[in-house]
Amino acid sequence: MDWLLDPSVSTFGPDIDRIYYIILVITGAVFFGTELLLVYFLFRYRHREGQRAEYIHGSTKAEVIWTAVPFVIVVVLAFMSAPVWNRIKNPEVFPADSYEVMLTARQFEWETRYAGADGQFETADDFTLLNRMNVPVDRPILIHLASEDVIHSFFVYDFRLKQDAVPGMVIPIWFEAIQTGEYTLGCAELCGTGHSTMDGIVAVQPQAEFEAWEATQVAARQAVLGGVLASLDIGAEAGNGAVTSGLAEGAATPMHEHGDF
Amino acid sequence: MSHVATKTDYDLLPFAGEHHEELSFVRKYIFSTDHKTIGKQFLFMSLLFLLLGGTLATVMRWQLGFPGTPLPVDILPETMAPGGIILPEFYNSLVTMHGTFMIFFAIMPLLVGVFGNLLIPLQIGAADMAFPKLNMFSFWLAVPAGFIMLASFFVEGGAAGAGWTSYAPLSTSGEFTGVYLGQQLWLISLFLLGFSSITGAVNYITTIINLRAPGLTWFRLPLTVWALFITAILVLLAMPILAGGLIMLLTDQTLGTTFFKPELGGEPLLWQHLFWYFGHPEVYILILPAMGIVSEVIANGARKPVFGYHSMVFAIAAIALLSWIVWGHHMFMSGMNPRLGMTFMFTTIVIAVPSAIKVFNWLGTLWKGNIHFTTPFLHSVAFVALFIIGGLSGVFMASTPVDIPIHDTYFIVAHIHYVLFGGSLFAIFSGITYWYPKLFGTLMNETWGKIHFIGTFIAYNLAFFPMHGIGLQGMMRRLYDPTLYAYLQPLQPWNVFISYSVFVLFAFQFIFAANFLLSIWKGKKAGPNPWRANSIEWSAPSPPPHGNFERMPVVYRGPYEYSVPGAREDFILQTDPPDSSVAPHHTSASTSH
Ligand code: HEM
Ligand SMILES: [Cu+2]
Ligand SMILES: [Cu+2]
Repeated sequence: MDWLLDPSVSTFGPDIDRIYYIILVITGAVFFGTELLLVYFLFRYRHREGQRAEYIHGSTKAEVIWTAVPFVIVVVLAFMSAPVWNRIKNPEVFPADSYEVMLTARQFEWETRYAGADGQFETADDFTLLNRMNVPVDRPILIHLASEDVIHSFFVYDFRLKQDAVPGMVIPIWFEAIQTGEYTLGCAELCGTGHSTMDGIVAVQPQAEFEAWEATQVAARQAVLGGVLASLDIGAEAGNGAVTSGLAEGAATPMHEHGDF
Repeated sequence: MSHVATKTDYDLLPFAGEHHEELSFVRKYIFSTDHKTIGKQFLFMSLLFLLLGGTLATVMRWQLGFPGTPLPVDILPETMAPGGIILPEFYNSLVTMHGTFMIFFAIMPLLVGVFGNLLIPLQIGAADMAFPKLNMFSFWLAVPAGFIMLASFFVEGGAAGAGWTSYAPLSTSGEFTGVYLGQQLWLISLFLLGFSSITGAVNYITTIINLRAPGLTWFRLPLTVWALFITAILVLLAMPILAGGLIMLLTDQTLGTTFFKPELGGEPLLWQHLFWYFGHPEVYILILPAMGIVSEVIANGARKPVFGYHSMVFAIAAIALLSWIVWGHHMFMSGMNPRLGMTFMFTTIVIAVPSAIKVFNWLGTLWKGNIHFTTPFLHSVAFVALFIIGGLSGVFMASTPVDIPIHDTYFIVAHIHYVLFGGSLFAIFSGITYWYPKLFGTLMNETWGKIHFIGTFIAYNLAFFPMHGIGLQGMMRRLYDPTLYAYLQPLQPWNVFISYSVFVLFAFQFIFAANFLLSIWKGKKAGPNPWRANSIEWSAPSPPPHGNFERMPVVYRGPYEYSVPGAREDFILQTDPPDSSVAPHHTSASTSH
């Protein structure tokens, strides 16, 4: 039974963890205080022969104290929480110059889409990864999160980031990883029969490695498009299997039409 | 027959001393209008559903503790568990139906249907509810609701599998879940149940406002009645909202409307807003009556007036009011505007204050008491101890940034169960043992009651406390097989441990079941006031006859006059005339001896 959180690897992770530990200390103190008092009262005031309870109806002073003190504590907690929440979730204050990807959830997989050579999404030179997202370390990543069918939930515990992916909406979320490695992407919202199999990987790579990987992907996609142009058919199947990331988990996926962006 | 009060309704509801016609078997036991019989009917029905909900939970815990291992008893059909191995779609039905049965068919009818029916007329000194026939109707609507919900297991595609919250669009179309008719039966069943609750609520509110015995002013009402009164108002206002949402979801499924279907212009988050606008008041519907019961029983066990009676009433009212403006805390991660999330954090976290007030007042009630450890008292004290944990975990989730990692994990599952099992269900055990005499005329066995209590208390905590931990390590809720995630595999020993604890917990409930059933015939005769309590029901015989009281009771004081200095006994019935019990040389009018 562990009340400690596993270390976080995002820039805002420690802010969340700090508030968590503050709440843990406060609620821990309240927990032990009240429970011990409860046990003490049960023992101290247990029935004994000839004993009578004191006829007490209450105390206005006590009521005022135990209304005011918890009120102040929880409001302070709320005020501490608000800026952290705002920093993480409010798109108006998201970091500038983020690296952007699109992430689309569907039963029961995640598709990451990169803008490709033109830097624009939903164009022919986009390339995609299935159940994997490669991102550079130490750079804010902006994800446009969408879903094609039901509600799923993007959850990377190590980043302390969770956001539902809602069909019909594109929800912006961001994080900046501070440590390279592969982190589990889970689905946190019941989404059907395969819900518990809907995992993926966020691979946080050193900047240079990421850029090299991205360059190969862009080039591979361009090559495919070049070949396809010759036959005047930029259909969905053209990209099929043509792009491979060369990474174990990251099989490339066919292009996919997104009607609702 | 003399009517002191001016309330005309009294004329329609004869007290026991007045003329009664003999009732046929059917009118007496099946289509009865007697609030106590209806309370008993609700009791048997909801205890059965409690058992069913618990059974579903043990099956789920089998899968979570031992994923992919065949069930020890292979009796489920191919469509649920071929070769004893639970299918993921069946697991989703289990999760959904466990939550649904527990919340709508066990805890809610136990608290509102059973205690509302049993206690309101008895504790306000009325002969029955204001609208006895409507009361009977309310129960007989709940019965088909339950049957429909049960039947949904056996239709093609199985029972609903989108969670007890039925989030759209997962719930809008069978193509996403493979469940078609089951989901529709779920909606129809809850619609009927909601209708049943609304008719009950109208009755409770009317009865409490109009049928209080002479002298029973608002601030002489037992806290149970206060809690049930405010709960009834919540039910009356919240259930229609659920009903509206249910109808929209049903027409989305059957008539081609698109309220929640995004590809056709619908709005999935609309469902969540409707559901939680109902749902948060609902969770307080599931705890306020429990708080009333606990206040009652703790004062009785401690032989002391409830500490801060008025502040207890105001806290209930404050919780009820706040419960309307906090629903968004269930939607922090939903894609709702983050500024709205911030607002809901402030309203939500403030609700911890009236909760804290109640806990401190319960502690204050024990302070300088003269505590008798009866079985109902133990369950009520356990409620306080466990509600503290559930309330404190609520603070973590109310803090929006902290909710980011713990939302939709086992931390939430722990919270839910600390408030609803540790809280509500312990209060229900307390209330059933305490008011058993008013139901059956006998007492439940104290020794077996205590064995059940201790076993339940320990196994319960072993089962649910570690869930906080695995939630904090990132284990999602509603997960069919946690071992599929590499980073959750180290938590598997906890899942095994929790599963064993749940099996033990489940086993202990059979002690309660046996004690409950056998005591109807074998229990010690209770007499009118076995707990030496004050409120009006204890001046009626156990069980009270049809009409409850010989004639209309007259009330002289509040319900918690325990250990009044100079009084002969450490309790004084609300109905004892003022001079009869204070001076030692007078004969006590109490009926306890
Ligand atoms: C101090 C008081 C409380 C606070 C601050 C609080 C806060 C919260 C919050 C913020 C959530 C949403 C968490 C999430 O999904 O991420 C939640 C969920 C929940 N709470 Fe509470 N809560 C409190 C008391 C209660 C009580 C008294 C009950 C019921 C008797 C209750 C029942 C529930 C249930 C059933 C859920 C989960 C619903 C679901 O997702 O299925 N809570 N609570
Ligand atoms: Cu999912
Ligand atoms: Cu809530």
